[in-house]
Amino acid sequence: MDLVKDAETATSALTTMWTIRRFEEAVDDLFARGLMHGTMHLSIGQEAVPTGACLALREGDYITSTHRGHGHCIAKGAQLDRMMAELLAKETGYCRGRGGSMHIADVATGNLGANGIVAGGVPIAAGAGLAVKMRGQSHAVLSFFGDGAVNEGAWHEGVNLAAIWDLPVVFVCENNKYGMSMSVNRASKVDNLADRAAAYGIPGVTVDGNDPQEVHDAVDEAVERARAGNGPSLIEAVTYRWKGHSKSDKNLYRSREEIDSWREQDPITRFETAVLHQQTLTESELAACRDAARDAVRAAIRTANAAPDASADELLSAVYSGGKQ
Amino acid sequence: MTATTDTREITYAEAVREALGQAMESDDRVFLFGEDVGTYGGAFGVTGDLVHRFGEDRVRDTPISELGIVGAAVGAALAGMRPIVEIQFSDFTAQAMDQIVNQAAKIHFMLGGAAEVPMVLRAPGGSGTGAAAQHSQSLEAWFAHIPGLKVVMPATVADAKGLLLAAIDDPNPVVVLEHKLLYKQSGPAPQEATRTPLGKAAVRRTGTDLTIVATGVMVSRALEAAEQLAAEGITATVVDPRTLKPLDEQTIVDTVTATGRALLVQEAPRSGGFMSEVSAMLCDSPAFGYLRAPVRRLCGLDVPIPYAPQLERAAVPQVPDIVAEATKLVREW
Repeated sequence: MDLVKDAETATSALTTMWTIRRFEEAVDDLFARGLMHGTMHLSIGQEAVPTGACLALREGDYITSTHRGHGHCIAKGAQLDRMMAELLAKETGYCRGRGGSMHIADVATGNLGANGIVAGGVPIAAGAGLAVKMRGQSHAVLSFFGDGAVNEGAWHEGVNLAAIWDLPVVFVCENNKYGMSMSVNRASKVDNLADRAAAYGIPGVTVDGNDPQEVHDAVDEAVERARAGNGPSLIEAVTYRWKGHSKSDKNLYRSREEIDSWREQDPITRFETAVLHQQTLTESELAACRDAARDAVRAAIRTANAAPDASADELLSAVYSGGKQ
Repeated sequence: MTATTDTREITYAEAVREALGQAMESDDRVFLFGEDVGTYGGAFGVTGDLVHRFGEDRVRDTPISELGIVGAAVGAALAGMRPIVEIQFSDFTAQAMDQIVNQAAKIHFMLGGAAEVPMVLRAPGGSGTGAAAQHSQSLEAWFAHIPGLKVVMPATVADAKGLLLAAIDDPNPVVVLEHKLLYKQSGPAPQEATRTPLGKAAVRRTGTDLTIVATGVMVSRALEAAEQLAAEGITATVVDPRTLKPLDEQTIVDTVTATGRALLVQEAPRSGGFMSEVSAMLCDSPAFGYLRAPVRRLCGLDVPIPYAPQLERAAVPQVPDIVAEATKLVREW
């Protein structure tokens, strides 16, 4: 799939990246104005990874996500109004106000959930892959996690299980350079986190995480490998988190120059330049993508604001499932 | 015990195996995995020959990787399967706690009910085998403290089968804490796949002088103690909660109301133990007004389980301890 040369795909990729960007900017703004509570982890600057990766997926495929999961959710096809409603503590939110930013899931689109525990989704992805394999299906499971996750036991255990059982899982490491304040260079001795793949006997590749095409190509190949029954892969997408880890971050651990240098590699600007250069889309078509994203996010805020607040009436009865089957 | 036509004597381990086999026969989504559950047959021989009946795919050996195993069960359950995990010793759940506590227990709630995690975690607990402090704990209170988990402790052969079948049916994560000392004990169990409903206590014996509430291996010790007490003219009701979460409070309240005395017996250490919760529940309940004596707990000592057999025995309640406590409770009050 050529994201840059095919007009329809370019439009889709660009709109997704702008939607993630605008959604998170809106969240940042609502929080700053005191209109949203709790905390949230923004992935501004990292939009190319979920966008390029999820374009390799189809119906029936699963993802597991992270605390920095808005982008994964949007790229996998979640409804913006239900996401925004969740963040605004509304009954119509994906989790009915019980989960918030860190626990948004959309099981209908195969999103098994964001996760507040670093690497928590990794063995869960292996398990979803096991279910797929035991049922003889050809679905793939894409597990997103950050560079901070690769030093968690859960990461090693989950990757190893997927490897020994040849499970159809693609492990996508969003290396945004910091686990909160801990730089990846201080947290790991290997040059590339993808080198860790060798320890599990699976392919590992490092790609430019600010290039949706490069992310897509690597994930697509890994997804095909997974569907064919040849087991998991590890993809390290190198990118950068523009914003702080969360709301408490004073950016004491990195320099303004470093942040600026990465902002100059804005994945959206880069993609727009490439698309223009190839004459796939015109300036006005680029503007249309931007406007569509802005309008969709504004509509989501309006819809969410109009929804009823999450109700405490059913809290106790919500702990256990009464069964669906 | 009255034996119905389809009831026969089998061991507790056989009862668990029979439940696993029947559940796998009737539902393709059910599968087992854990350390050495395949050809080895399980560390305590529970899974036995199941791998030969159902194949290595559905009776799946895993690496020693408890966190990964439980996490994979969560993922498989979310994706529509009905996984049953065996954790070789309940102590090793400590290795898997994030996936049990932060994932399995909370996902249904956190996701606003959009997903279910229908999985079973089986693990043998308890002391008495000389396996010392890291292989002998009774950790039920940890799990009972976590909203979102259900917790059962089968004390009889029939319940080893029936509670497990009910746990497998349940759309929530259920922790089934078996007891290693019970695996080889025989007792009646139905051949059919009869469910023991979760959340229903069993009154194992009825008396008038006190109510003994006991869990796990303490149920059979309480019954043996009750037999000895009867010879001394003290009759005891023995209640086996069977399910700790959700707890059948009504049966405990009713039986304590009837006898006016409560002796709560657990193998686990006293501090923060499950019987402390039962004691508090009784004091909050209408049974309080009928109490003729303080609610008394008889628990394991607040020590790690020691190795030497005489030390190990001293660390947890034995039959004579239950008899002595019950006698004191009845004679002094």
